[in-house]
Amino acid sequence: MRMKILVIEDDQEAAAYLVKAFREAGHVADHAPDGLEGYALAREGQYDVLVVDRMLPKLDGLSVIRSLREQGVDTPVLILSALGQVDDRVKGLRAGGDDYLPKPYAFSELLARVEVLARRRSAPAGEPTTYRVGDLELDRLSHRVVRGDSEIVLQPREFRLLEYLMKHAGQVVTRTMLLENVWDYHFDPQTNVIDVHVSRLRSKIDKGHERPLIHTVRGAGYMVRDGAR
Amino acid sequence: MTALGKLLRTTAFKLSVAYLVVFVLFAGFILGYVAWNARRVLDDQIMGTVEAEITGLAEQYRIGGIRRLVGVIDRRTREPSASLYLVTTFSGERLAGNVGALPAGVLDDPGIRETDYRRNDETDPVPRRALVRVFVLQGGFRLLVGRDVEERERLGQVIRRALGLSLGLVTVLACLGGWFVTRRVLKRVDAMTDTTRTIMAGDLDGRLAIAGTGDELDRLAQNLNAMLDRIGELMAGMKEVSDNIAHDLKTPLTRLRNRAEEALRTAKTPEDYARALESTIEESDNLIRIFNALLMIARLEAGNAAQPMEDFDAAEVARGVAELYEALAEEAGTPLAVEVADDLPVHGSRELIGQALANLLDNALKYGAAEDGMNEPTPVAVVAGRNANRVEIAVTDRGPGIPEGERGRVLERFARLEGARSKPGFGLGLSLAAAVARLHGGELRLEDNAPGLRAVLSLPLKAGAAA
Repeated sequence: MRMKILVIEDDQEAAAYLVKAFREAGHVADHAPDGLEGYALAREGQYDVLVVDRMLPKLDGLSVIRSLREQGVDTPVLILSALGQVDDRVKGLRAGGDDYLPKPYAFSELLARVEVLARRRSAPAGEPTTYRVGDLELDRLSHRVVRGDSEIVLQPREFRLLEYLMKHAGQVVTRTMLLENVWDYHFDPQTNVIDVHVSRLRSKIDKGHERPLIHTVRGAGYMVRDGAR
Repeated sequence: MTALGKLLRTTAFKLSVAYLVVFVLFAGFILGYVAWNARRVLDDQIMGTVEAEITGLAEQYRIGGIRRLVGVIDRRTREPSASLYLVTTFSGERLAGNVGALPAGVLDDPGIRETDYRRNDETDPVPRRALVRVFVLQGGFRLLVGRDVEERERLGQVIRRALGLSLGLVTVLACLGGWFVTRRVLKRVDAMTDTTRTIMAGDLDGRLAIAGTGDELDRLAQNLNAMLDRIGELMAGMKEVSDNIAHDLKTPLTRLRNRAEEALRTAKTPEDYARALESTIEESDNLIRIFNALLMIARLEAGNAAQPMEDFDAAEVARGVAELYEALAEEAGTPLAVEVADDLPVHGSRELIGQALANLLDNALKYGAAEDGMNEPTPVAVVAGRNANRVEIAVTDRGPGIPEGERGRVLERFARLEGARSKPGFGLGLSLAAAVARLHGGELRLEDNAPGLRAVLSLPLKAGAAA
């Protein structure tokens, strides 16, 4: 999916790097060097995602977001912040941001999150009750997971893990995104706890099947997709 | 500002002046009241005497006519300390009495009044004052009887002098006292100011002098000293942190640099370069991790978590974190036992407590393996429950444990035991857990699990929760 991304960032070098990297990933990216210009560009509402730095000249990032929300602009916003204060995330989300990433960040992490945000917007309203990827089917109401003809028994947490992966099928999901959305923690676990959970889930889902559905994306995270594609 | 100006501006001096004014007003009021009352009493007395004499003289006139009245008055005027008398005809012609001159018109107007007068045997040019009564007798004769009020005036003078004297004395004393107190306070405040100046100039070891009187200035100085102690501690902590950061970031930074250099020197193929770059990114990620952990510890220790504090169930967090690590434990072949009591309400940051527990579990899984029987599964347990009014979450292992003498040290930043240096880690996990516990008013206890380590995160039970 090709996205239109606006990067509001005053650091020229960082902004140039982001714009270039987004374009390489196949997206369209514009850049605004300060809060006022960013606000002016963003309020037209033609962007899929805004990437907003918190500290901006003329109008700070949170004010940009707040003003846009007051104007009824509901473009998803990802906040970048070098402040690193523990409550930064809360403040950012309260101002109307949709996701938050502290600096320094890995671009793969940023890209994965931006894509999820853009997809969330373009997805039809209302979550489907079943997710289907290849011959894998997950029923969110009955909590049943079926691959081919056989039902797979999952622990509650494994179910939520698979649910999140399947909800974002075709998209890269990073380890921190999994920790945040499946376990609701935002700290850095420092160990490969998430990898172990995914590999355990993978052994239940993919074992004995020719086509694996849970893929590891090197240097980024995981992705559920039909391997045949 | 001049020394005098400074003195005049002090609170002590202003207070002295205010008290002086209040006292003077009060003293003036009291003396004035006394003087007024005394004068009234004296006047009443005089008027009583005058009335009695007039009644007596009118009686004499009634009995013996003007001749007899004149005779009586002549006799009375010769008595010592006689009252004032004057009898005239209706036209003002003097018949008898000891009053010489009177202001014009006094005799025409019967009644009581105060007036100037002169005795007829006196030549003093200054008239005297008297309280008199003029009475019109039958036949048009005027009778004036009065008393000199010199006594009353003297009393007034005495009181006025007393007032002046006491006010003067009070003013002088108050000024002296105010000046003395002000100078004393000012001297101590100046000493404090000097000390604070040197402290501001960078000498954090300076402390304010305590006079030992236990007064408000002493208390202020004590509090300021306590504050300086705390600031000193924080500064020392900051310095230690920055020293440690400088030291411990140098190692990974050097490694990073060496790898990059080596790659430049030896790499031949694009794959070599890619591998070198990947390890460079990995290494820099580690640096970022160390940095974040250090910043977080520093903020927590400064009491500035800036993290939303809420009521939550520590049991849910303990189970959740245990569940997060359960897969890892299973992969490592370490049984993870979870024994968590229900309903452990705590007020604080769920996120931080979760992170502290994750660090403890991470340590237990990393270092908790028994040294000898490497194949033997060594159980790790998460046990949470209430202990009096505390919520205690213990993470236990059966590993080598931590020698008693080292338990204090491992809570410090970057402290790592000898045996742990070969394993990945930065020596920040326990420091962070301890800082989280302290922020919540709790503590992190390291105990002997005989064998192994028992790390207890002890937190206060939410206020108001049934113990």
